[in-house]
Amino acid sequence: MIKQISAVFIFSLFTFMSFAQEASSLVQKARAKIEQVNSYEADGTMKTNVNFLKVPEAKVKIYFKKPDKLKIKNENGISLVPKSILGIGLNNLLTGNFTVLDAGSDILNNIKVKIVKLIPVDENSPVVLSTAYIDPVHLVILKAKITTKENGTYEIEMSYGKYVDYALPDKITCTFNIKDYKLPKGVTLDYDDGSKKISDQKLQDTKGRVEIFYASYAVNKNIPDTVF
Amino acid sequence: MWQLLKIELFKIFRKPRTFISFGAIAAIILIIQLGLKFDGKSYVELMMGDISDSFEIPYAMVLNGYFVAFVILNAILIHVPLLVALVAGDSIAGEANMGTLRLVMTKPVSRTGLMLVKYFASVIYTVLLLLWMALLALLLSIFFFGTNDTIIPRNDVIEQIQKADTLWRYIAAFAFASVALSTVAALAFLLSVFAENSIGPIVATMSIVIVLTILSELKIPMYDNTVKPYLFTSHMLGWKGFFYSRIGPDHMVIPGSIENLPAILRSLGILLGYIVMFVTTAILVFRKKDILS
Repeated sequence: MIKQISAVFIFSLFTFMSFAQEASSLVQKARAKIEQVNSYEADGTMKTNVNFLKVPEAKVKIYFKKPDKLKIKNENGISLVPKSILGIGLNNLLTGNFTVLDAGSDILNNIKVKIVKLIPVDENSPVVLSTAYIDPVHLVILKAKITTKENGTYEIEMSYGKYVDYALPDKITCTFNIKDYKLPKGVTLDYDDGSKKISDQKLQDTKGRVEIFYASYAVNKNIPDTVF
Repeated sequence: MWQLLKIELFKIFRKPRTFISFGAIAAIILIIQLGLKFDGKSYVELMMGDISDSFEIPYAMVLNGYFVAFVILNAILIHVPLLVALVAGDSIAGEANMGTLRLVMTKPVSRTGLMLVKYFASVIYTVLLLLWMALLALLLSIFFFGTNDTIIPRNDVIEQIQKADTLWRYIAAFAFASVALSTVAALAFLLSVFAENSIGPIVATMSIVIVLTILSELKIPMYDNTVKPYLFTSHMLGWKGFFYSRIGPDHMVIPGSIENLPAILRSLGILLGYIVMFVTTAILVFRKKDILS
């Protein structure tokens, strides 16, 4: 009886280890693909959907340089960029030391994906836990849920096109937590034009969303540090 | 009539106190610009509230000439009625006080014509005051701070207007403000008919504007649909409506759009209605008035 239990235990342990190794190997391959890109400059458009912001669609330039420099610039005006995008860019999602846990498989947009949980080894890491949905065929992250110490949980979804070989997405959608905006009392008198206020319509909406559509990339281009 | 208008304008601009308004506006605008030049970031931080926790805010870009001009207009347009009342309230009562009104009426000019010219002269003064304000608040701010997209903080929403979409809004806002201030001028002008001393109509105009402004801003539901829509002070802030944009189904701002143009036009109509009512009443009263001074 003891031999049988031991055999089951050992079998389970090996199975678990083999899954963990498989997940770890997948993460390593995805990381290797991401690490081909030392820097890039991309043109794109950014759409911000936050209940208290009324902003126009912005033509932006996105600059990235290893290890973790990311800048989103609106060449023609102002862009309010969520800190969650800037703080933990996609390119460093798989960098650093972390423990990889296999969390099974799922279907995402008709693509079979592997779910892995990444727990940073560094106690001072701003990230507590990341869950990545990796396409094992193209070795790219399609979706990531990131729980941070200070900025709550946010979600990033990516779709890929002609830059899939560099693991660079054509579109990123970032969903994040937002707080209400209230101007201090007495600072301004609003003109009450009778329009239905946005905050009335979407008062319960505590999530903000930013979409970035990438039109083109210049990969591994020399980008001076002054850009950041 | 043209000759009469020139005489009225000469009378207005001959008085040193007329230029107090221009001096006061220049002083306050320069003080605001100076303050924002040296500590504008703190002000923008206050305006943006907690959103700096979630968003990267390019403070230096937000603090541009268009933003500064909006801050200035927001701060001082509410106080300009006092400066308008100084001249409009003096137009009839001042002459009565100096004893020149009877002399003016000996000229072959109809009382209605004289009243219209006097009011029109007050309107010209008001428009010149606004042009002076536009010159300093907008052009000088653009000179000192440059241009960029305009960030408009409202009570619970932040609006962003693209740089290329901004200037026409200022022109429209100044045009609207000139009608709003002409309403105050019309009120002061009406009160001026009843007085023999210009202090009375000036103070009375200011008192009425202050009381009605407080009433317009009070959040008492009982007044919201019964009193507020009919107060001219509720509509004087209509110039801000040109800085509120419409959003599309994807929550993106539609460039060149106005959130609620019919509401602005309604406000404009109400203000024009008040002007007609005040000036007509002033003319009717003046036509029957015994001029004893």
